Amino acid sequence: MIKNLVAVAIVSLAFLACKNEPKKLPIIGDREVVEKVVDGQTITDTIYPAIPNFQFLNQDSVLISEKNFENKVYVANFFFTHCPTICPTMQRNLLKAYEKFKGNNGVSFLSHSIDFKYDSPSILKAYANKLGVDNDQWQFVTGTKADIYGISDKYLVFTKEDDTVEGGYDHSGYLVLIDHNKYIRGVYDGTSEEETQKLITDIDILLAEYK
Amino acid sequence: MKLIYTVLFFGMMIIGFSQLSSCHNNNLNIQTAQYAVNGQKLYRTHCQNCHGAKGEGLGKLYPPLTDQKYLSENRDKLACIIKNGLSGEIVINGETYNQAMPALSKLSDMDIAYILTYVTTHFGDSDSTFTQDEVIKGLKDCKLFF
Repeated sequence: MIKNLVAVAIVSLAFLACKNEPKKLPIIGDREVVEKVVDGQTITDTIYPAIPNFQFLNQDSVLISEKNFENKVYVANFFFTHCPTICPTMQRNLLKAYEKFKGNNGVSFLSHSIDFKYDSPSILKAYANKLGVDNDQWQFVTGTKADIYGISDKYLVFTKEDDTVEGGYDHSGYLVLIDHNKYIRGVYDGTSEEETQKLITDIDILLAEYK
Repeated sequence: MKLIYTVLFFGMMIIGFSQLSSCHNNNLNIQTAQYAVNGQKLYRTHCQNCHGAKGEGLGKLYPPLTDQKYLSENRDKLACIIKNGLSGEIVINGETYNQAMPALSKLSDMDIAYILTYVTTHFGDSDSTFTQDEVIKGLKDCKLFF
């Protein structure tokens, strides 16, 4: 009995202790533990999956790459302009985050179009303007099918060309939060208002790491 | 014990009804209210993605559904817009929109009546049912309008 009480007390204390530390976001994805030899000593290192380098055409027909997101945290998602299903809700929610962090140089947004046939830069530009995006903090990009669909896997977002679904493309509506090291630090359901609020909170938590 | 349940039951009912009447347009009759409830469900599935939970639209991409003047002046065209979609410029609340709206051709006349009752009573200022007959009549005249 006393043992149990002590155990409970220790656990509660442990929780109390945790509370005082600043909250930190996890790194998401399958990590790999490797051993390597440094200065004659064998050390183990943990490698987290990171977003690989990329090059895409943006809404101003300018080629942008991972370099445009250096020293920034950013939110990535996948959509297409005439998507009749989840995209409008997802973009409506992401717009809230954009408006919250507008003017903050440390935060960016990156929407990839999965409709490589229709969504040319001019279409993306018109879409961005109509959505209410009037600076370069939110990039809308297009690329080849292989490049866009390839990188969506790295963001852990499902995308697929599918004639049987409305609009012709099937995809999930996740908003993915990326840190300075290109690690995934959070994945949020962009169709949920609640999860979008969590994203906004988590962006602040992530930004605190770089203060 | 039984008394407690009875009190609880009536308490819940009172809360429930007061919630109901706090929606808008308290003076909707039962039929209109039923149509609107069914309409809200369909609205969530077919319309809300673009037009928003409160009919607020999205930027200049998708127009709000809160332009009461537009709703009342174009009441006879609304069924056609849902059934066949819409393209070209329209002016809503003084703002110009030009983004194609997809057709919802699979919706039945009854479904359209439900949706339009919800939209016109909750976002517009109508207090009456948008009947199935009104939908059928509207759809007959689509070619005249568009």
